[in-house]
Amino acid sequence: MSKLSQTFKADWYEASARERIAGLLDAEGFTEFLGPEQRAMSPHLAQFDLTGAFDDGIVVGRGRLDGRPVLLAAQEGRFLGGAFGEVHGAKLVGLLRAARDAAGPDGPHAVLLLLDTGGVRLQEANAGELAISEIIHAIIEVRSAGIPVLALVGGRAGAFGGGGIITACCSRIIASEHARVSVSGPEVIETNKGVEEFDSRDRALVWRICGARTRYLTGGVDRYVKGSIQNFREAAIALIAHTPAFELATLKAEQRRLSERLQRFGDCRDAPEIWRKAGLPEPEHIAEISDDAFLAIQRIKGADHDAR
Amino acid sequence: MEQFQVHGASKRRAGGHRRQVITGANASGNLEVLVERVLPDLECQVEVATAVTGFRPIWEAVIKEFFERASPGGLRFSINDGGARPDTVTLRLMQSVQLMEDKA
Amino acid sequence: MNDWQKQRSERNARLNAGSHYASGKMVPSDKAKAFLEAVVRPGDRVCLEGDNQKQADFLAEALADVDPSRIHDLHIVQSGIVLQAHLDLFERGIARKLDFSYSGPQGAAIARALVAGKIELGAIHTYIELFARYFVDLTPHVALVAAVAADRDGNLYTGPNTEDTPTIVEATAFKSGIVVAQVNKVVDKLPRVDIPADQIDFIVEADRPFYVEPLFTRDPASVTESQILMAMMAIKGIYAEYSVKRLNHGIGFPTAAIELLLPTYGEQLGLRGKIATHWALNPHPTLIPAIESGWVEQIHSFGSEVGMDDYMSARSDVYFTGHDGSLRSNRLLCQTAGLYACDMFIGSTLQIDIAGNSSTVTPGRIAGFGGAPNMGSDPRGRRHPSAPWLKAGREASDGQGTLTRGRKLVVQMLETFGEKMKPNFVERLDSIELAEKLNFDLAPVMIYGDDVSHIVTEEGIANLLLCRSPAEREQAVRGVAGFTDVGRARDRKAVEALRQRGVIRRPEDLGINLLAASRQLLAAHSIEDLVTWSGGLYQAPSKFRNW
Repeated sequence: MSKLSQTFKADWYEASARERIAGLLDAEGFTEFLGPEQRAMSPHLAQFDLTGAFDDGIVVGRGRLDGRPVLLAAQEGRFLGGAFGEVHGAKLVGLLRAARDAAGPDGPHAVLLLLDTGGVRLQEANAGELAISEIIHAIIEVRSAGIPVLALVGGRAGAFGGGGIITACCSRIIASEHARVSVSGPEVIETNKGVEEFDSRDRALVWRICGARTRYLTGGVDRYVKGSIQNFREAAIALIAHTPAFELATLKAEQRRLSERLQRFGDCRDAPEIWRKAGLPEPEHIAEISDDAFLAIQRIKGADHDAR
Repeated sequence: MEQFQVHGASKRRAGGHRRQVITGANASGNLEVLVERVLPDLECQVEVATAVTGFRPIWEAVIKEFFERASPGGLRFSINDGGARPDTVTLRLMQSVQLMEDKA
Repeated sequence: MNDWQKQRSERNARLNAGSHYASGKMVPSDKAKAFLEAVVRPGDRVCLEGDNQKQADFLAEALADVDPSRIHDLHIVQSGIVLQAHLDLFERGIARKLDFSYSGPQGAAIARALVAGKIELGAIHTYIELFARYFVDLTPHVALVAAVAADRDGNLYTGPNTEDTPTIVEATAFKSGIVVAQVNKVVDKLPRVDIPADQIDFIVEADRPFYVEPLFTRDPASVTESQILMAMMAIKGIYAEYSVKRLNHGIGFPTAAIELLLPTYGEQLGLRGKIATHWALNPHPTLIPAIESGWVEQIHSFGSEVGMDDYMSARSDVYFTGHDGSLRSNRLLCQTAGLYACDMFIGSTLQIDIAGNSSTVTPGRIAGFGGAPNMGSDPRGRRHPSAPWLKAGREASDGQGTLTRGRKLVVQMLETFGEKMKPNFVERLDSIELAEKLNFDLAPVMIYGDDVSHIVTEEGIANLLLCRSPAEREQAVRGVAGFTDVGRARDRKAVEALRQRGVIRRPEDLGINLLAASRQLLAAHSIEDLVTWSGGLYQAPSKFRNW
């Protein structure tokens, strides 16, 4: 008997940034900073004959998750592919610095980043790249102040380019099946290295290389969830309580983990090769099985870690 | 790029107490609509920003019909258009009024 | 003394010439070009199997490679002009004249070639018109067909994409023609015999599987609220209203929306078992949820669809399958089924004029007709009654005439504006201008207004059966043409009067709230959902994956 898909309203992938926030946080409400009525919009798009967004494609603010105070940012992946521009980036930098400055017993228990981005907006490239670097710096400061930063990825843009790097700087990463986390996009790789290196039209390949299932099994992502907003909420609640301390030992452990992983699997050309080497069951089918069956698979050695 | 406003009169104030809603998204074939309850009760207005130029008469016709149908008195609608077709524009405007009139 | 067996002698001569390159019936793939130069003669009518989906691409490329000084002035008779090689034949002077039906992917190239005088056009046909002429005045001398496999005797397995092959072979083999088949492989035993070896003269094992266009897959993620609104109106205002059980859906997003709304909106209306039970339909993946929910008794298909084979084999109660388990399709028979055994056709088009005539011709692009004019016409030869047919007939006749006659429901469903705000409603079809430019006897019209029973747009449903004059029909069309120039030129009073009479019905008149048209109503929101509905049997083509 075939399974019905989850109810539409609850689906992370289909939801807008604001719908994700509404479903993720406690019902008591979300206070938005620099809301759309402020019209803090991009000053650059008009000269490219592009209309903007009242919130420049990112919603930032404060709310509660399971009673705990949190700060949150959510990208609207449908607006210019969720890409970082000057104002968009500045809002996220501001949010992170606000978290850093509020750190303490009455401060936020976490910062939640609902990432849905193709990277930097070409039209605002310099400002976008600057923002990415400021964001990374700010994340480090927030984590150093003892506040975990959680990345939640599951929208149609994925987390690419600077967004991929930002994801990897977070304390914990939660992803669902549709998520992709990477730096260079498949088309960019194909353009630069040729179709034999990466056929970007082979979408199954794209997900095998940088999709959530591969990331999860190799320890690149900490929690793999089914696609409802409720699943993301439960994972975020669980992970806030258990995030790695941000200290030198953690960074050294991360280096070791990554070196070992590279040594073991660095010459693999595709995910099933990794699964075969790691002794996982039915390597060719891992991309096809249901979420439940997937979650039953044991990850490769070293994938469960606090080294992030 | 075109930016313009369409003003209208309404027979009654739009219901509910919500001060503001935002719906839709500026994506291909879609539009973002911000609604603010900032006008006198029997006035309404739509501001449009669009990169699809030359269709102002159609926008005006669509908006005037929307004012007739929805009587959104007191509401100012601001649109960032991603190339939506008239029926999608009508749908989003109607959706935004429904959200404004929801018990807050 | 007259020789009444000339064609037989000619056939023997060609068989001899071809046999130089063959071992029995088998021609090695590297000899294909030389072989074709031996069996084809200048001036031949050649049917190169270019179906709607399946393409004899290996043979097409070999033919396009022959020496034009040896093989020239061919008259191509084929359903679909799909591949570049099909056009290369004309470019290179190998072929001169063309009779065809459909040219979707090459629509712009065909238009250019016609304008440049590179192709002498016989006519553009519908599928079954062209098939019919294979038996009257366009019989092929040589047929180049495609099959999945052959056995060593030359029997063919055409499998799920059987499509046009039996029809082409019947016309050619039994009129002393030469039939050549490209196959993916030669095997000892076929899963089933679709075409007997008697009818096949030569076989070429191609160097790659024949090409199939994935045409009938529509991603639920791309279905819009407008399409959902139209679909709701169609289901409530037409399917339920006329109790339509037997039907054909043309391909498109609006019909995909209907298919995805049956298990949800249709179920809410209590319509399961009452509508949409028997289908002439290509294997649309978007119908999977309705099938799995028990809506569908039976489907006959024109062809197959990429990724659907395993699903259909597992649902043999619904689809036509052989004893081997795989689908058996047939374009000629399914077209006939759609014409005579269905009470409704519903599909989309690109342009409609104020009389309700529709066309897919746009400046610079000729897509041909395919099967839509068959499906979308009122078959005057029909004699058996059914409830929808009689009801539509009564509406059309309005009590005139003494003999009762039914009418097929022919529904055009389209948004008022297309891509880039191009209006879909026009005063005059682009196709008329094209016909003048190219000196056609007929302007290519997909579906004539006097065959159309209903037009559905996001503004409402216009029932043309109830219109009593051309003027009424014009206002009925304008009355659903939205904010296009055609719509805005409406006579408001006349349109209101039509609405009072129920000739035009708006969503509110059908009890449908505009805001209820939400993607939440779709039974599947993504291709992945369709895979889940099918229990993993549907194998979605790579381009639709986001997992």
